[in-house]
Amino acid sequence: MSFGLVPLIAALNVRAAEVAQAGDAGESALRGLFGGSPWAAIPSAIVGFILIFAVAGGLPVILVWAERRGAGRIQQRPGPNRVGPFGLFQTIADGFKLMVKEDIIPARASRALFMLAPGIVLAGVLGAFAMLPLSKNAILVDTDLGVFLIFALLSLGVIGVVIAGWASNNKWSILGAMREAAQMVSYEIPLGICVLVAVMHYGTLNLREMCAMQAGGFAGIENWLICQYIPFGAITFVIMYVALLANTKRAPFDLPEAESELVSGFHTEYSGIRFSFFFLEEYAAMFLVSGVIVCTHLGGWNLPFVSGEFMTGSLVGQILSALVVITKALFLVWVMIWVRWTLPRIRIDQVMNLCYKYLTPISFVCLLAVTLWKPFWGWLGLM
Amino acid sequence: MEFEQLANRLAEICPGAIVEKVDLDNPDKPTKDPYVVVAADRIVEVMDKLQTDADLRFDCLLSIGGVDYPDVMPKAKKGQPEPELIPGRFEVVYHMLSTIKNHRFVLKVLLPHDDEPVCPTVSNVYSAANWHERETWDLMGIRFEGHPDLRRILCCEDWVGHPLRKDYVFPKEYHGISAE
Amino acid sequence: MSQLGDVPTVGNEVVLDVRTQDMEINMGPQHPSTHGVLRVVITADGEIITSARPYVGYIHRCAEKIGESVTYEMFVPYTDRYDYLAAMNNNIGFCMAVEKAADLEVPPRAVWIRMICSELNRIASHLLAFGTYGIDLGAFTPFLYGFREREWILSLFEKICGARLMYSYVFPGGVANDVPDGWFDEVLEFCDVFEKKWRDYDKLLTRNKIFIERTKNVGVVPPEMAREYGWTGPCLRGSGVRYDLREAQPYMYYDQVSFDVPVGRGEMGTVGDCWDRYNVRMEEMLQATRITRQCVQACIRDTNPGEIQGDKPKTLKVKPTEAYVGIENPRGELGHFIVTDGKDTAYRLKVRGPSFCNISILEAMLPGTMLADAVAIIGSIDIVLGEVDR
Repeated sequence: MSFGLVPLIAALNVRAAEVAQAGDAGESALRGLFGGSPWAAIPSAIVGFILIFAVAGGLPVILVWAERRGAGRIQQRPGPNRVGPFGLFQTIADGFKLMVKEDIIPARASRALFMLAPGIVLAGVLGAFAMLPLSKNAILVDTDLGVFLIFALLSLGVIGVVIAGWASNNKWSILGAMREAAQMVSYEIPLGICVLVAVMHYGTLNLREMCAMQAGGFAGIENWLICQYIPFGAITFVIMYVALLANTKRAPFDLPEAESELVSGFHTEYSGIRFSFFFLEEYAAMFLVSGVIVCTHLGGWNLPFVSGEFMTGSLVGQILSALVVITKALFLVWVMIWVRWTLPRIRIDQVMNLCYKYLTPISFVCLLAVTLWKPFWGWLGLM
Repeated sequence: MEFEQLANRLAEICPGAIVEKVDLDNPDKPTKDPYVVVAADRIVEVMDKLQTDADLRFDCLLSIGGVDYPDVMPKAKKGQPEPELIPGRFEVVYHMLSTIKNHRFVLKVLLPHDDEPVCPTVSNVYSAANWHERETWDLMGIRFEGHPDLRRILCCEDWVGHPLRKDYVFPKEYHGISAE
Repeated sequence: MSQLGDVPTVGNEVVLDVRTQDMEINMGPQHPSTHGVLRVVITADGEIITSARPYVGYIHRCAEKIGESVTYEMFVPYTDRYDYLAAMNNNIGFCMAVEKAADLEVPPRAVWIRMICSELNRIASHLLAFGTYGIDLGAFTPFLYGFREREWILSLFEKICGARLMYSYVFPGGVANDVPDGWFDEVLEFCDVFEKKWRDYDKLLTRNKIFIERTKNVGVVPPEMAREYGWTGPCLRGSGVRYDLREAQPYMYYDQVSFDVPVGRGEMGTVGDCWDRYNVRMEEMLQATRITRQCVQACIRDTNPGEIQGDKPKTLKVKPTEAYVGIENPRGELGHFIVTDGKDTAYRLKVRGPSFCNISILEAMLPGTMLADAVAIIGSIDIVLGEVDR
């Protein structure tokens, strides 16, 4: 059932985003492809969904491979290297294995909710992929709601996880779900404030325009948010990255799936293809949020010493932009993997501590600093 | 302190508690570790003194073990009078260690060979005794009076019999699982 | 004016009886971090534990009863199986008890070899404790680093007796085989390499901020409580009590080697917390390397190859007597109390497993801690269920 639900919700997400777009903020490339009439929205939604599922479904294959090989190398062992060259087909083999497994639903679990939960988390993440700009024109849904819509859709994941935990009829799962809800929701606060800083700086929620605005400047880097408002741009980058680590339930914040304590947290009772949905969602979300933070802080598709017009103008430039965004996002994903295999897990009360006592106040300070930046320097007569 | 001094000190502070002192050169009770035998009803007092007395200061109860000596009927010999039954006993052996004074001590309590011999618990003096006494009850069948939670620890809750006894007969089946 | 109608109030506050129930969770026999088949039934109020009841006995194999029906040499493989991570030490403990009861002499070379094996096994056991403690707390990598060195030790043992985990190498009266050529050199090489690698582990886990936050002031066991519960070994030393059997009541040739005894000092938090116990184990690994080096040098210098078995009759029959010998296992004092009656089997064999005594504290210690801390505490006590249940 969740099989059917995923494309439905994802397509609805894409459609909703299209409806929300305010007109001249740039044509949705797909809508244009199918002619401009409102009815073109349906085939474009379906094609869009297929594209997202291909990319966001295909990416985790690479990312899981990277995680397992990376983990292996960090732990002084080879990692998977048998199935395919360098073990590249390992994930496909594992995915296939998961798909042919018996579908086990605990007898006293809440059937409908149990089956629904993985679909909800996956649909949220997949829908958010529509708003990620790979280059000036390679964006599925170009809407002025951009980053706000992305984080709204990611919040669907919280609901899905809590439903999964509760519907499993297993105390360990409920514990995992409760911890997860607390953690994800709490970390959306510093995350939101850092995004607010970015929005304030750029004056738009549209991720594509944020990337475009980071072109030019000294060595092609000056306009990147991480180099602006020194040091507050960099601080917001760090806080946003940590908050995104917590949001995607990655170590050291992986309590919800803390393997050594809660057996497997909220997805203890899930096996086979339902489990693979959670798995897919985790890696897709990792890439998605890395992509978002690349667009807001790390210059999007801009390379140092390469002009912005080149990147947004020719077809070569557009392809190059896509590669740049993907590479930068993959680098941040690699850092996530690196951190996971190095650091121990933080306890839930320490997680909350970190969020409310450290990250939130610091991000408030950054917000204040960024707001007062120009007036402050102007008052000092330096700008 | 050596065994002699420890035993004498114990005799000083708990007069009459020591029933017997078995040294290394005792011909009837050969042992490589000298020990004292304490009366069952005085064991709690003795343990308390062992823990608190300034010279003794046995802070660590290492182990409590039970030993089963069943009744022995010697073989009848031609021309000799009817042999008499040598009564058996249960021994509860306490091994003590002092990490403060760095000496060891062994005590024993001898109990008659009943179906369920009873010995007072020392778990109020040494918390370590709690699990050791449960194990002795489980495997040897020595009941410890006053124990807060005397139930089986190593065998299953519904096990019948006390495995370490000499007259223990292994069951032929358990819950339908045959042991043949 | 209250619009809630008939609601219980105390002054201006509304007092509602929200009936919540403590959740009873089974940290079952199969759980990734109970280090074996330990079952703890936990009643938790949210994340805080209100009561904990450990259940053991899942791997009870009646070693003590078996000891009454097999000969002394035949029993040595059974001793491997109680603390399977420190099998050499178990062998040695049992054999020393038999030797004390039977007045057997052990030749010096066998004693030095026994000491080397005992210390190497201590390092291997502590490496596993270090690795699995990291995994319990979410750090997956130290486990593999520790196992790299542990593999080397296991291959050293394989060279000397053919087995990697259950050695049955030490027999009453001596050891089974002499060391092969080049073994001593490899042991010395291992010691040198291990000391360098130890610094890596120290930086990776011991000084890691998150690890310290998870283990400091968690599971604090003050020395009085530790003594009362019969704690021995690194757990007791972690609580600040400097008592090591190898130092206080030396057996074998421990009085001829020099080493330090690490003690918990409350460096990161309170004395007796998880970090202290963990740190004692880490430091003990370094001390074990020191001892191993000295033993190897003494063995090469003072003894001749081949003298590894003392005078002992073919079938060992021990005259009726009783003996208790306690040695320093990686987990505490392993004691064997043996009662003999002149036959070739023991009359009664009581094994005092240190993990059995160490774990009895859980029922008193866990209430009041958080669930995540329960995992940290159980990991820091470092139990092996084979020894708890025998």
